[in-house]
Amino acid sequence: MSEIVSEEGGILTAPHVLEYPYRRSVGPVLGRFFTELRAGRIVGLRTQQGRVLAPPQEYDPETGAATGSDFVEIGPGGVVTTWSWVVRPRAKQPLDRPFAWALVKLDGADTAMLHAVDAGDLSRMRTGMRVRPRWRAERVGHIHDIECFEPEPQATADNGLGGERQRAGELAMAEEAQKPVTNIKTPMRLEYRYSAGIATSRFLHGIAQGKILGQRCPSCSKVYVPPRGSCPRCAVATEEEVELSDKGTITTYAIVRVPSESIDVPLPFASVHVLLDGADLPMFSVVQECPLDQIRMGMRVQAVWVPREQLGPTLQSIRYFKPIDEPDVPAEKLQETV
Amino acid sequence: MARLCAVAGIGQTQYSARRDDVSIAGLLREAATRALEDAGMDWPDIEAVVVGKAPDMFEGVMMPELYLADALGCSGKPMLRVHTAGSVGGSTAIVAASLVQAGIHERVLTVSFEKQSESNAMWALTVKTPLQASVVAGAGGYFAPLVRAYMNRSGAPDDTGIRVALKDRRNALKNPYAHLRDPNMSFDTIASSPMLWDPIRLHEACPSSDGACALVLTSERSVRKTKYAPAWIHATSMRSEPTQFAGQEKVNPQSGRDCAKDVYKKAGISDPRKQIDMAEIYVPFSWFEPMWMENLGFAPVGEGWKMTYEGATALDGDMPVNCSGGVLSSNPIGASGMIRFAEAAMQVRGQAGEHQVDGARIALGHAYGGGSQFFSMWIVGSAKP
Repeated sequence: MSEIVSEEGGILTAPHVLEYPYRRSVGPVLGRFFTELRAGRIVGLRTQQGRVLAPPQEYDPETGAATGSDFVEIGPGGVVTTWSWVVRPRAKQPLDRPFAWALVKLDGADTAMLHAVDAGDLSRMRTGMRVRPRWRAERVGHIHDIECFEPEPQATADNGLGGERQRAGELAMAEEAQKPVTNIKTPMRLEYRYSAGIATSRFLHGIAQGKILGQRCPSCSKVYVPPRGSCPRCAVATEEEVELSDKGTITTYAIVRVPSESIDVPLPFASVHVLLDGADLPMFSVVQECPLDQIRMGMRVQAVWVPREQLGPTLQSIRYFKPIDEPDVPAEKLQETV
Repeated sequence: MARLCAVAGIGQTQYSARRDDVSIAGLLREAATRALEDAGMDWPDIEAVVVGKAPDMFEGVMMPELYLADALGCSGKPMLRVHTAGSVGGSTAIVAASLVQAGIHERVLTVSFEKQSESNAMWALTVKTPLQASVVAGAGGYFAPLVRAYMNRSGAPDDTGIRVALKDRRNALKNPYAHLRDPNMSFDTIASSPMLWDPIRLHEACPSSDGACALVLTSERSVRKTKYAPAWIHATSMRSEPTQFAGQEKVNPQSGRDCAKDVYKKAGISDPRKQIDMAEIYVPFSWFEPMWMENLGFAPVGEGWKMTYEGATALDGDMPVNCSGGVLSSNPIGASGMIRFAEAAMQVRGQAGEHQVDGARIALGHAYGGGSQFFSMWIVGSAKP
């Protein structure tokens, strides 16, 4: 079993990681910001009221008006307006040692931007301190082209509010004949601890013993498998456990020929709804040991389990369903159980 | 008694596989600006904003409404976000309309969107859950077995789905905003396209699109004189049901039937096929046209396919369906429902250009989502109800 499952009081839990490589289109305003970062410059955007937004924003946060294209070079130095110390950095954070998340108001800007400050030690951080960017040597047009900010050497560091403010003035378009940045990569990783809950855990403990356990609704008498602990229709708790056969009937199916990251079954394969004998709701599964063109609605099938010593509390203990030599169930009997 | 609500402005973006020229905010702004212009209004005229989109995982921006507040001019105004899976575009419009109907606001902007190029929708729709068996591949993998069940029980000819796709793709040629506009698309191109989730072929499935749609909804007294008279909302309705339960009618869902019945009753419609002039319905896979024709009561159960076959759902048929090219031609998921609602309103305003149904006075907008479990519908008319 590939998953690390743990158990407490009969409840199964397992790690659940969602990780996707998003690709963000940034639009013309942020596109310009990132293009300039790649060239080692920081630009803000002057609004109609004369405020310089940094980083630039497409729409004025006060008026909602489109902000136009009055870009001005700002910084590179600036002042920390507020901050928070990170004692134990997480994996994807900009620095692997303690650092500050800070709002930095760059020289010439009227708003502050969030970035990391590598101060080395908490005792060196203070509101009003002057900082400057530490650039990466290889820049791609991303906020991480600035590795972090660091305290400005000596000079006005103790007198942060008196830091030099110079407006770089109108900025000529970058001379480099580079293509402007239109996209950035923003990979995401979310780590969860999945808990199967009471009903599913009981079901999975049954699976680990080669048994399929459903639950019967005390109100409508329908048998749910896998059970959810309640009947979605009657909204009452289901407690009565019912052991079901591992034989069933295909109520409908599709032949999947398109790849999906979440599926390990080789293509093409038959994705089927199987109504187990004694159940009132089909399960989603896969049929194998059968030519794809012979799969049909009403076909009788049986679960093929992993070898007994490999059984575990996961539905992957049922490898697939295979056809069995029993007559088909007539279609009209399957109307309500697609 | 609820107040009257008018669809006073409609804005759509160009739909395409990838709108690299705009950010997410820029995409919404494009639709919203067009809707405001169409309504003869400007940002300060708007009192409240209602945003809708499908799961945040599609773009990886959590709670995008927060980031969109400035782009949608929400400073100092109420803003809220709606989510009901694929039906969200429809339910978002209904929530926005209810703010006007309840007398809370005079002029409401509602916008819905999806920018599918930022990721792969299949990730968000079929997450591999620990301890479970992953066998369903995206929306097509979920709906293909239901299509097969419909084919089996209706006995519809196998090429019904191809005919629906061909009709919608031809209609899309008349819609300047449509994503898929291939003048060479033929019956044979569709029939010979690869099976993705057999029985659903590539060209019988919706594309992945970037796009946004916006509406300006107003009270009667806030309607301004513009090129097109407003569409009047005659009725709205929403219904839901659990994803799966024993005895569920997955092919012809109860919640869809109930929603249709309710919206017809509120609009005073007793014979939908006679009294409704056209419908824009949510058909992400071609076979859902006949399935929804039955669910919506336009055809008896088992006979929806005949409407496609007889040409009733064509632009010049007696019950034109998806004259815009539908979801099969443009599918920015979160916006797709609102586009249906918007296109229905465009028809009764006489604003649909080349895909206009002559003399359309009453139109149905329809959206569904999740495992065929969320439904939203509205009926709009050229005259006040």
